[in-house]
Amino acid sequence: MNIPGGESWPRLAGLNSNYIAKQLHDFKAGDRQNATMVTFANMLDDQQIADVAAYYSQLPATPGQGGDNADEALLARGQQLAERGDWNAYIVSCQSCHGPGGQGVGETFPGIAGQHAGYISAQLNAWKSDTRSNDPQNLMGAIAKRMSEEDIQAVSAWYATQPAAEGEATQ
Amino acid sequence: MSNYHRYIVIALSSSALAVGTGLSLYAANAFAQQEERADAALNQLVHEPPTMEDLEDSDLHPELKKVIRYGYDLFTNTQQLRGEYVFNDMNCSSCHLGEGRVPFSAPVWPAAITLPDFRGKNQHVNNLEERIAGCFAYSMNGTPPEYGSDEMLALSAYHQWLATGAPMYPDKPIYGRGFPAPEQPETPSYARGEAAYQENCAICHQEDGSGHYENGEYVFPAPWGDGSNNWGAGIARVETMAGFIYQNMPLGQPRSLTGQQAWDIAYYINSQERPQDPRYTGDVAETAERFGPTFHNRSLYGQTREHDGHVLGDHANFGEKGDIQPWNVGMPRFENLSEE
Repeated sequence: MNIPGGESWPRLAGLNSNYIAKQLHDFKAGDRQNATMVTFANMLDDQQIADVAAYYSQLPATPGQGGDNADEALLARGQQLAERGDWNAYIVSCQSCHGPGGQGVGETFPGIAGQHAGYISAQLNAWKSDTRSNDPQNLMGAIAKRMSEEDIQAVSAWYATQPAAEGEATQ
Repeated sequence: MSNYHRYIVIALSSSALAVGTGLSLYAANAFAQQEERADAALNQLVHEPPTMEDLEDSDLHPELKKVIRYGYDLFTNTQQLRGEYVFNDMNCSSCHLGEGRVPFSAPVWPAAITLPDFRGKNQHVNNLEERIAGCFAYSMNGTPPEYGSDEMLALSAYHQWLATGAPMYPDKPIYGRGFPAPEQPETPSYARGEAAYQENCAICHQEDGSGHYENGEYVFPAPWGDGSNNWGAGIARVETMAGFIYQNMPLGQPRSLTGQQAWDIAYYINSQERPQDPRYTGDVAETAERFGPTFHNRSLYGQTREHDGHVLGDHANFGEKGDIQPWNVGMPRFENLSEE
Protein backbone atom coordinates (compact mmCIF):
# COMPACT_ATOMS: atom_id res chain seq x y z
CA MET A 1 0.00 0.00 0.00
CA ASN A 2 1.46 3.32 -1.07
CA ILE A 3 0.83 6.10 1.43
CA PRO A 4 2.27 9.47 0.39
CA GLY A 5 3.84 11.12 3.40
CA GLY A 6 3.21 8.06 5.57
CA GLU A 7 4.66 4.58 5.95
CA SER A 8 4.24 2.69 2.69
CA TRP A 9 3.87 -1.07 2.92
CA PRO A 10 5.30 -3.37 0.30
CA ARG A 11 3.34 -5.41 -2.18
CA LEU A 12 4.23 -9.00 -1.27
CA ALA A 13 2.15 -10.85 -3.84
CA GLY A 14 4.38 -12.66 -6.29
CA LEU A 15 7.68 -12.04 -4.49
CA ASN A 16 10.10 -14.95 -4.13
CA SER A 17 9.07 -17.08 -1.15
CA ASN A 18 12.59 -17.54 0.22
CA TYR A 19 13.14 -13.79 0.01
CA ILE A 20 9.97 -13.15 2.03
CA ALA A 21 10.94 -15.81 4.57
CA LYS A 22 14.42 -14.34 5.00
CA GLN A 23 12.96 -10.90 5.68
CA LEU A 24 10.63 -12.31 8.34
CA HIS A 25 13.50 -14.15 9.99
CA ASP A 26 15.57 -10.97 9.86
CA PHE A 27 12.81 -8.98 11.57
CA LYS A 28 12.66 -11.61 14.32
CA ALA A 29 16.43 -11.66 14.75
CA GLY A 30 16.70 -7.88 14.76
CA ASP A 31 18.72 -7.84 11.52
CA ARG A 32 16.03 -5.72 9.92
CA GLN A 33 14.17 -3.10 11.93
CA ASN A 34 10.59 -2.00 11.57
CA ALA A 35 8.38 -1.26 14.55
CA THR A 36 5.25 -2.47 12.81
CA MET A 37 6.65 -5.63 11.31
CA VAL A 38 8.68 -6.91 14.24
CA THR A 39 5.50 -7.40 16.25
CA PHE A 40 3.93 -9.59 13.61
CA ALA A 41 7.11 -11.44 12.71
CA ASN A 42 7.56 -12.38 16.34
CA MET A 43 4.17 -14.10 16.33
CA LEU A 44 5.31 -16.52 13.60
CA ASP A 45 7.28 -19.72 14.10
CA ASP A 46 9.52 -21.13 11.37
CA GLN A 47 6.76 -23.21 9.81
CA GLN A 48 4.34 -20.30 9.79
CA ILE A 49 6.97 -18.11 8.17
CA ALA A 50 7.48 -20.70 5.46
CA ASP A 51 3.73 -20.97 5.01
CA VAL A 52 2.98 -17.25 4.66
CA ALA A 53 6.00 -16.81 2.40
CA ALA A 54 4.76 -19.59 0.13
CA TYR A 55 1.25 -18.16 0.19
CA TYR A 56 2.22 -14.62 -0.83
CA SER A 57 4.69 -15.83 -3.43
CA GLN A 58 1.87 -17.62 -5.23
CA LEU A 59 -0.54 -14.70 -5.36
CA PRO A 60 -0.67 -12.82 -8.64
CA ALA A 61 1.20 -9.52 -8.38
CA THR A 62 -0.88 -6.37 -8.14
CA PRO A 63 0.17 -3.14 -9.89
CA GLY A 64 2.64 -0.81 -8.19
CA GLN A 65 1.30 2.49 -6.91
CA GLY A 66 2.77 5.93 -6.44
CA GLY A 67 4.43 6.47 -9.83
CA ASP A 68 1.51 7.94 -11.73
CA ASN A 69 2.19 11.57 -10.96
CA ALA A 70 5.89 11.49 -11.82
CA ASP A 71 6.84 13.77 -14.69
CA GLU A 72 8.58 12.54 -17.82
CA ALA A 73 12.01 13.78 -16.82
CA LEU A 74 11.89 11.93 -13.50
CA LEU A 75 10.73 8.73 -15.18
CA ALA A 76 13.48 9.06 -17.79
CA ARG A 77 16.09 9.38 -15.05
CA GLY A 78 14.50 6.40 -13.31
CA GLN A 79 14.66 4.31 -16.44
CA GLN A 80 18.29 5.31 -16.98
CA LEU A 81 19.27 4.26 -13.45
CA ALA A 82 17.24 1.07 -13.73
CA GLU A 83 18.66 -0.07 -17.05
CA ARG A 84 22.08 1.58 -17.36
CA GLY A 85 22.95 3.10 -14.00
CA ASP A 86 25.01 6.27 -13.71
CA TRP A 87 28.64 5.26 -13.70
CA ASN A 88 29.88 8.80 -13.29
CA ALA A 89 28.51 8.45 -9.76
CA TYR A 90 29.43 4.73 -9.69
CA ILE A 91 25.76 3.80 -9.45
CA VAL A 92 25.44 0.43 -11.21
CA SER A 93 22.16 -0.28 -12.96
CA CYS A 94 19.38 -1.77 -10.83
CA GLN A 95 18.89 -4.54 -13.37
CA SER A 96 22.48 -5.71 -13.09
CA CYS A 97 21.37 -7.47 -9.87
CA HIS A 98 17.56 -7.29 -9.87
CA GLY A 99 17.50 -8.74 -13.36
CA PRO A 100 16.03 -7.67 -16.69
CA GLY A 101 12.98 -5.52 -16.11
CA GLY A 102 13.75 -5.43 -12.37
CA GLN A 103 11.77 -8.65 -12.01
CA GLY A 104 14.07 -10.23 -9.46
CA VAL A 105 16.88 -12.79 -9.55
CA GLY A 106 16.70 -15.95 -7.47
CA GLU A 107 15.93 -15.66 -3.79
CA THR A 108 18.49 -12.98 -3.04
CA PHE A 109 17.56 -10.12 -5.35
CA PRO A 110 13.84 -9.33 -5.04
CA GLY A 111 11.64 -8.20 -7.87
CA ILE A 112 11.27 -4.41 -7.66
CA ALA A 113 9.18 -3.78 -10.76
CA GLY A 114 5.59 -3.15 -9.77
CA GLN A 115 6.57 -2.35 -6.19
CA HIS A 116 5.02 0.74 -4.58
CA ALA A 117 7.08 3.90 -5.02
CA GLY A 118 6.81 4.93 -1.37
CA TYR A 119 8.15 1.58 -0.21
CA ILE A 120 11.07 1.55 -2.65
CA SER A 121 12.18 5.03 -1.62
CA ALA A 122 11.76 4.26 2.08
CA GLN A 123 14.02 1.21 1.72
CA LEU A 124 16.67 3.02 -0.35
CA ASN A 125 16.71 5.79 2.22
CA ALA A 126 17.00 3.19 4.99
CA TRP A 127 20.07 1.70 3.30
CA LYS A 128 21.45 5.14 2.70
CA SER A 129 21.17 6.04 6.38
CA ASP A 130 22.27 2.57 7.58
CA THR A 131 18.95 1.82 9.24
CA ARG A 132 18.60 -1.17 6.92
CA SER A 133 21.61 -3.39 6.29
CA ASN A 134 20.37 -6.96 5.91
CA ASP A 135 21.51 -7.24 2.30
CA PRO A 136 24.27 -9.71 1.45
CA GLN A 137 27.72 -8.12 1.42
CA ASN A 138 26.35 -4.58 1.52
CA LEU A 139 25.50 -4.90 -2.17
CA MET A 140 22.50 -2.56 -1.92
CA GLY A 141 23.87 -0.33 0.83
CA ALA A 142 26.93 0.61 -1.21
CA ILE A 143 24.82 1.78 -4.13
CA ALA A 144 22.07 3.48 -2.10
CA LYS A 145 24.68 5.69 -0.41
CA ARG A 146 25.67 7.09 -3.80
CA MET A 147 22.11 7.94 -4.81
CA SER A 148 20.73 11.44 -4.45
CA GLU A 149 17.21 12.06 -3.15
CA GLU A 150 16.15 12.74 -6.74
CA ASP A 151 17.72 9.47 -7.93
CA ILE A 152 15.74 7.61 -5.28
CA GLN A 153 12.49 9.32 -6.27
CA ALA A 154 13.25 8.58 -9.92
CA VAL A 155 13.85 4.82 -9.61
CA SER A 156 10.94 4.48 -7.20
CA ALA A 157 8.55 6.13 -9.63
CA TRP A 158 9.94 4.19 -12.59
CA TYR A 159 9.63 0.77 -11.03
CA ALA A 160 6.20 1.54 -9.58
CA THR A 161 5.01 2.01 -13.16
CA GLN A 162 6.61 -1.21 -14.47
CA PRO A 163 4.98 -4.65 -14.64
CA ALA A 164 5.94 -7.08 -11.87
CA ALA A 165 7.12 -10.60 -12.49
CA GLU A 166 4.30 -13.05 -12.78
CA GLY A 167 5.19 -14.89 -9.59
CA GLU A 168 5.88 -18.48 -8.70
CA ALA A 169 2.33 -19.68 -9.30
CA THR A 170 2.67 -19.29 -13.03
CA GLN A 171 6.19 -20.65 -13.47
CA MET B 1 32.89 -5.67 5.88
CA SER B 2 34.12 -3.14 8.41
CA ASN B 3 37.08 -2.33 6.18
CA TYR B 4 34.70 -1.65 3.38
CA HIS B 5 32.67 0.77 5.45
CA ARG B 6 35.77 2.68 6.35
CA TYR B 7 36.75 2.86 2.70
CA ILE B 8 33.46 4.27 1.52
CA VAL B 9 33.32 6.82 4.28
CA ILE B 10 36.75 8.08 3.31
CA ALA B 11 35.82 8.08 -0.36
CA LEU B 12 32.63 9.99 0.22
CA SER B 13 34.07 12.57 2.54
CA SER B 14 37.01 13.33 0.28
CA SER B 15 34.72 13.60 -2.72
CA ALA B 16 32.55 16.04 -0.84
CA LEU B 17 35.69 18.06 -0.12
CA ALA B 18 36.80 18.01 -3.71
CA VAL B 19 33.44 19.19 -4.96
CA GLY B 20 33.28 21.85 -2.29
CA THR B 21 36.58 23.38 -3.26
CA GLY B 22 36.00 22.99 -7.00
CA LEU B 23 39.38 21.35 -7.52
CA SER B 24 39.08 20.35 -11.13
CA LEU B 25 36.77 19.16 -13.84
CA TYR B 26 37.47 15.58 -12.85
CA ALA B 27 36.85 16.10 -9.17
CA ALA B 28 33.32 17.21 -9.95
CA ASN B 29 32.52 13.77 -11.28
CA ALA B 30 32.62 10.78 -9.03
CA PHE B 31 33.51 7.50 -10.74
CA ALA B 32 35.01 5.12 -8.26
CA GLN B 33 38.31 6.60 -7.25
CA GLN B 34 37.47 10.23 -7.54
CA GLU B 35 39.65 11.18 -4.61
CA GLU B 36 42.81 10.26 -6.50
CA ARG B 37 41.92 11.85 -9.82
CA ALA B 38 43.05 15.40 -9.14
CA ASP B 39 46.52 14.15 -8.22
CA ALA B 40 46.59 11.76 -11.14
CA ALA B 41 45.88 14.55 -13.59
CA LEU B 42 49.26 16.14 -12.80
CA ASN B 43 51.34 13.47 -14.51
CA GLN B 44 48.87 11.12 -16.18
CA LEU B 45 46.31 11.44 -18.93
CA VAL B 46 42.96 11.65 -17.14
CA HIS B 47 40.16 11.47 -19.68
CA GLU B 48 36.45 11.62 -18.96
CA PRO B 49 34.69 9.87 -21.83
CA PRO B 50 31.37 11.29 -23.01
CA THR B 51 28.07 9.69 -21.96
CA MET B 52 25.23 8.59 -24.19
CA GLU B 53 23.41 11.75 -23.10
CA ASP B 54 26.36 13.76 -24.41
CA LEU B 55 26.00 11.93 -27.70
CA GLU B 56 22.39 13.03 -28.08
CA ASP B 57 23.35 16.62 -27.27
CA SER B 58 26.29 16.68 -29.68
CA ASP B 59 26.46 18.11 -33.20
CA LEU B 60 27.65 14.86 -34.75
CA HIS B 61 25.95 13.78 -37.95
CA PRO B 62 22.68 11.96 -37.22
CA GLU B 63 23.87 8.95 -39.22
CA LEU B 64 27.04 8.77 -37.12
CA LYS B 65 24.98 9.01 -33.94
CA LYS B 66 22.96 6.01 -35.11
CA VAL B 67 26.10 3.99 -35.71
CA ILE B 68 27.61 4.94 -32.34
CA ARG B 69 24.34 4.00 -30.66
CA TYR B 70 24.50 0.64 -32.43
CA GLY B 71 28.08 0.21 -31.25
CA TYR B 72 27.00 0.99 -27.70
CA ASP B 73 24.16 -1.50 -28.02
CA LEU B 74 26.52 -4.23 -29.28
CA PHE B 75 28.97 -3.44 -26.50
CA THR B 76 26.43 -3.66 -23.69
CA ASN B 77 24.32 -6.44 -25.22
CA THR B 78 26.82 -8.51 -27.16
CA GLN B 79 24.57 -11.51 -26.62
CA GLN B 80 22.57 -10.31 -29.62
CA LEU B 81 25.44 -11.81 -31.65
CA ARG B 82 25.17 -15.18 -29.88
CA GLY B 83 25.59 -18.10 -32.21
CA GLU B 84 27.05 -15.94 -34.95
CA TYR B 85 30.10 -14.23 -33.45
CA VAL B 86 29.69 -14.94 -29.73
CA PHE B 87 29.59 -18.45 -28.26
CA ASN B 88 29.65 -17.87 -24.51
CA ASP B 89 27.57 -15.93 -22.00
CA MET B 90 29.58 -12.72 -22.02
CA ASN B 91 28.93 -9.15 -23.11
CA CYS B 92 31.79 -6.71 -23.70
CA SER B 93 30.46 -4.85 -20.67
CA SER B 94 30.71 -7.96 -18.47
CA CYS B 95 34.39 -7.12 -17.96
CA HIS B 96 34.57 -3.54 -19.25
CA LEU B 97 32.13 -2.26 -16.65
CA GLY B 98 30.18 0.94 -17.02
CA GLU B 99 29.83 0.80 -20.79
CA GLY B 100 33.61 0.69 -21.26
CA ARG B 101 34.02 4.10 -19.66
CA VAL B 102 35.11 3.35 -16.10
CA PRO B 103 38.72 3.74 -14.93
CA PHE B 104 40.38 0.54 -13.63
CA SER B 105 37.80 -1.55 -15.45
CA ALA B 106 39.87 -1.65 -18.65
CA PRO B 107 38.14 1.35 -20.22
CA VAL B 108 38.14 0.84 -23.98
CA TRP B 109 38.84 4.36 -25.25
CA PRO B 110 42.62 4.04 -24.69
CA ALA B 111 42.69 1.51 -27.55
CA ALA B 112 41.45 4.24 -29.87
CA ILE B 113 44.31 6.63 -29.05
CA THR B 114 47.18 4.12 -28.70
CA LEU B 115 46.57 1.90 -31.75
CA PRO B 116 47.93 1.03 -34.26
CA ASP B 117 50.74 -0.35 -32.16
CA PHE B 118 52.82 -3.48 -31.74
CA ARG B 119 51.03 -6.07 -29.63
CA GLY B 120 53.03 -8.63 -27.70
CA LYS B 121 50.24 -11.20 -27.72
CA ASN B 122 50.30 -11.70 -31.49
CA GLN B 123 53.70 -10.16 -32.22
CA HIS B 124 52.68 -7.64 -34.85
CA VAL B 125 51.15 -4.21 -35.24
CA ASN B 126 47.40 -4.21 -34.57
CA ASN B 127 44.82 -1.56 -35.29
CA LEU B 128 41.61 -0.98 -33.37
CA GLU B 129 39.57 -3.45 -35.42
CA GLU B 130 42.13 -6.21 -35.03
CA ARG B 131 42.24 -5.55 -31.28
CA ILE B 132 38.46 -5.87 -31.07
CA ALA B 133 38.65 -9.02 -33.22
CA GLY B 134 40.94 -10.49 -30.57
CA CYS B 135 38.23 -10.01 -27.95
CA PHE B 136 35.79 -11.99 -30.09
CA ALA B 137 38.23 -14.87 -30.59
CA TYR B 138 39.20 -15.20 -26.94
CA SER B 139 37.00 -13.34 -24.45
CA MET B 140 33.77 -14.05 -26.32
CA ASN B 141 34.94 -17.54 -27.31
CA GLY B 142 33.72 -16.74 -30.81
CA THR B 143 34.86 -15.51 -34.16
CA PRO B 144 34.97 -11.83 -35.14
CA PRO B 145 32.71 -9.93 -37.52
CA GLU B 146 34.62 -9.12 -40.72
CA TYR B 147 36.83 -6.06 -40.76
CA GLY B 148 34.77 -3.20 -42.14
CA SER B 149 31.46 -4.94 -41.40
CA ASP B 150 28.58 -2.97 -39.88
CA GLU B 151 29.21 -4.56 -36.48
CA MET B 152 32.93 -3.89 -36.55
CA LEU B 153 32.52 -0.33 -37.76
CA ALA B 154 29.89 0.39 -35.10
CA LEU B 155 32.04 -1.01 -32.31
CA SER B 156 35.07 0.93 -33.55
CA ALA B 157 33.02 4.11 -33.81
CA TYR B 158 31.83 3.67 -30.23
CA HIS B 159 35.42 3.20 -28.99
CA GLN B 160 36.71 6.16 -30.94
CA TRP B 161 33.86 8.44 -29.89
CA LEU B 162 34.55 7.57 -26.22
CA ALA B 163 38.06 8.94 -26.78
CA THR B 164 36.66 12.30 -27.95
CA GLY B 165 39.12 15.04 -26.98
CA ALA B 166 41.87 12.71 -25.79
CA PRO B 167 45.23 13.14 -27.55
CA MET B 168 46.38 10.54 -30.10
CA TYR B 169 49.51 8.64 -28.97
CA PRO B 170 49.63 10.37 -25.58
CA ASP B 171 53.02 11.09 -24.04
CA LYS B 172 51.77 10.40 -20.50
CA PRO B 173 50.54 7.15 -18.91
CA ILE B 174 46.78 6.73 -19.04
CA TYR B 175 44.98 6.98 -15.71
CA GLY B 176 42.86 3.92 -14.90
CA ARG B 177 44.00 1.89 -17.92
CA GLY B 178 43.58 -1.88 -17.79
CA PHE B 179 42.98 -3.81 -14.60
CA PRO B 180 45.94 -2.86 -12.40
CA ALA B 181 46.63 -5.71 -9.97
CA PRO B 182 47.06 -4.96 -6.27
CA GLU B 183 50.16 -5.82 -4.27
CA GLN B 184 50.52 -9.52 -3.70
CA PRO B 185 51.58 -10.03 -0.08
CA GLU B 186 51.79 -13.83 -0.26
CA THR B 187 51.78 -16.49 -2.98
CA PRO B 188 48.13 -17.10 -3.92
CA SER B 189 46.45 -20.08 -2.29
CA TYR B 190 43.82 -22.29 -3.93
CA ALA B 191 42.20 -23.15 -0.58
CA ARG B 192 42.05 -19.54 0.60
CA GLY B 193 40.79 -18.53 -2.84
CA GLU B 194 38.03 -21.11 -2.78
CA ALA B 195 36.87 -19.97 0.65
CA ALA B 196 36.97 -16.29 -0.33
CA TYR B 197 35.15 -17.02 -3.60
CA GLN B 198 32.37 -18.88 -1.84
CA GLU B 199 32.05 -16.08 0.70
CA ASN B 200 32.24 -13.07 -1.58
CA CYS B 201 31.35 -14.13 -5.13
CA ALA B 202 29.13 -17.20 -5.13
CA ILE B 203 25.94 -15.36 -4.27
CA CYS B 204 25.91 -13.96 -7.82
CA HIS B 205 28.34 -16.13 -9.82
CA GLN B 206 27.22 -19.41 -8.16
CA GLU B 207 29.25 -21.95 -6.26
CA ASP B 208 30.09 -23.79 -9.48
CA GLY B 209 31.04 -20.62 -11.38
CA SER B 210 28.23 -21.01 -13.89
CA GLY B 211 26.91 -17.48 -13.42
CA HIS B 212 23.19 -16.87 -13.40
CA TYR B 213 20.37 -16.84 -15.90
CA GLU B 214 16.90 -15.76 -14.79
CA ASN B 215 14.00 -16.90 -16.95
CA GLY B 216 16.44 -17.50 -19.79
CA GLU B 217 17.93 -14.02 -19.56
CA TYR B 218 21.54 -13.48 -18.69
CA VAL B 219 22.23 -11.68 -15.40
CA PHE B 220 25.60 -12.63 -13.84
CA PRO B 221 28.52 -13.76 -16.04
CA ALA B 222 30.22 -17.12 -15.61
CA PRO B 223 33.78 -16.78 -14.23
CA TRP B 224 34.72 -20.20 -15.61
CA GLY B 225 33.24 -23.09 -17.57
CA ASP B 226 31.74 -23.19 -21.05
CA GLY B 227 29.84 -19.93 -20.54
CA SER B 228 33.03 -18.03 -19.80
CA ASN B 229 36.07 -16.72 -21.69
CA ASN B 230 38.38 -19.28 -23.27
CA TRP B 231 41.95 -20.04 -22.18
CA GLY B 232 43.36 -17.41 -24.54
CA ALA B 233 41.44 -14.50 -23.00
CA GLY B 234 43.46 -11.88 -21.18
CA ILE B 235 41.56 -12.46 -17.98
CA ALA B 236 42.72 -16.11 -17.90
CA ARG B 237 46.02 -14.63 -16.67
CA VAL B 238 45.99 -14.59 -12.88
CA GLU B 239 47.33 -11.05 -12.60
CA THR B 240 44.66 -9.64 -14.90
CA MET B 241 41.89 -11.48 -13.06
CA ALA B 242 43.28 -10.28 -9.72
CA GLY B 243 43.25 -6.71 -11.00
CA PHE B 244 39.72 -7.01 -12.34
CA ILE B 245 38.47 -8.40 -9.03
CA TYR B 246 40.32 -5.93 -6.82
CA GLN B 247 39.28 -2.89 -8.80
CA ASN B 248 35.70 -3.89 -9.55
CA MET B 249 34.21 -6.65 -7.40
CA PRO B 250 31.85 -7.21 -5.68
CA LEU B 251 29.85 -5.09 -8.11
CA GLY B 252 29.53 -1.55 -6.81
CA GLN B 253 32.30 -2.01 -4.22
CA PRO B 254 35.65 -1.38 -5.88
CA ARG B 255 38.76 -2.09 -3.79
CA SER B 256 36.69 -3.52 -0.95
CA LEU B 257 38.54 -6.85 -0.92
CA THR B 258 42.13 -7.04 0.23
CA GLY B 259 44.85 -7.46 -2.39
CA GLN B 260 45.51 -10.93 -1.03
CA GLN B 261 41.85 -11.91 -1.36
CA ALA B 262 41.80 -10.66 -4.95
CA TRP B 263 44.90 -12.72 -5.85
CA ASP B 264 43.59 -15.81 -4.04
CA ILE B 265 40.19 -15.62 -5.73
CA ALA B 266 41.83 -15.01 -9.11
CA TYR B 267 44.07 -18.03 -8.60
CA TYR B 268 41.08 -20.16 -7.65
CA ILE B 269 38.94 -19.03 -10.60
CA ASN B 270 41.77 -19.44 -13.09
CA SER B 271 42.48 -22.93 -11.74
CA GLN B 272 39.12 -24.06 -13.16
CA GLU B 273 38.40 -25.21 -16.69
CA ARG B 274 37.25 -23.01 -19.52
CA PRO B 275 36.97 -23.53 -23.29
CA GLN B 276 40.16 -24.43 -25.11
CA ASP B 277 42.50 -21.71 -26.43
CA PRO B 278 41.83 -21.28 -30.18
CA ARG B 279 45.64 -21.40 -30.66
CA TYR B 280 45.61 -25.00 -29.39
CA THR B 281 47.99 -27.18 -31.40
CA GLY B 282 46.38 -30.43 -30.27
CA ASP B 283 48.76 -30.71 -27.35
CA VAL B 284 48.44 -28.67 -24.20
CA ALA B 285 52.14 -28.78 -23.27
CA GLU B 286 53.17 -27.71 -26.76
CA THR B 287 50.59 -24.92 -26.82
CA ALA B 288 51.62 -23.72 -23.38
CA GLU B 289 55.25 -23.66 -24.46
CA ARG B 290 54.68 -21.98 -27.83
CA PHE B 291 52.58 -19.20 -26.34
CA GLY B 292 54.31 -19.13 -22.98
CA PRO B 293 56.55 -16.09 -23.45
CA THR B 294 53.79 -13.98 -25.02
CA PHE B 295 50.90 -15.15 -22.87
CA HIS B 296 50.60 -18.39 -20.95
CA ASN B 297 53.51 -17.77 -18.59
CA ARG B 298 51.00 -15.65 -16.73
CA SER B 299 48.10 -18.13 -16.87
CA LEU B 300 47.84 -21.56 -15.26
CA TYR B 301 47.25 -23.22 -18.64
CA GLY B 302 49.04 -26.55 -18.92
CA GLN B 303 49.83 -26.67 -15.22
CA THR B 304 48.85 -29.48 -12.90
CA ARG B 305 46.34 -28.60 -10.22
CA GLU B 306 47.87 -29.60 -6.92
CA HIS B 307 44.85 -30.92 -5.05
CA ASP B 308 43.59 -33.33 -7.73
CA GLY B 309 46.33 -33.68 -10.34
CA HIS B 310 44.15 -32.22 -13.11
CA VAL B 311 46.14 -30.70 -16.00
CA LEU B 312 44.48 -27.38 -16.88
CA GLY B 313 43.54 -27.00 -20.53
CA ASP B 314 44.25 -30.65 -21.38
CA HIS B 315 41.08 -31.18 -23.41
CA ALA B 316 39.56 -30.51 -26.80
CA ASN B 317 36.44 -28.77 -25.51
CA PHE B 318 36.06 -25.53 -27.43
CA GLY B 319 32.70 -24.77 -25.80
CA GLU B 320 29.59 -23.90 -27.72
CA LYS B 321 31.46 -22.85 -30.88
CA GLY B 322 32.55 -26.43 -31.51
CA ASP B 323 34.98 -26.61 -34.43
CA ILE B 324 34.53 -23.03 -35.65
CA GLN B 325 38.02 -21.59 -35.97
CA PRO B 326 38.22 -17.80 -35.46
CA TRP B 327 39.60 -16.51 -38.78
CA ASN B 328 41.80 -13.86 -37.19
CA VAL B 329 43.85 -16.20 -34.97
CA GLY B 330 47.30 -16.78 -36.41
CA MET B 331 46.60 -14.63 -39.47
CA PRO B 332 50.00 -13.56 -40.83
CA ARG B 333 50.57 -9.81 -41.24
CA PHE B 334 53.16 -7.60 -42.93
CA GLU B 335 55.05 -10.50 -44.45
CA ASN B 336 56.14 -8.28 -47.32
CA LEU B 337 57.98 -5.86 -45.05
CA SER B 338 61.69 -6.55 -45.16
CA GLU B 339 63.67 -7.43 -42.08
CA GLU B 340 65.59 -4.49 -40.75
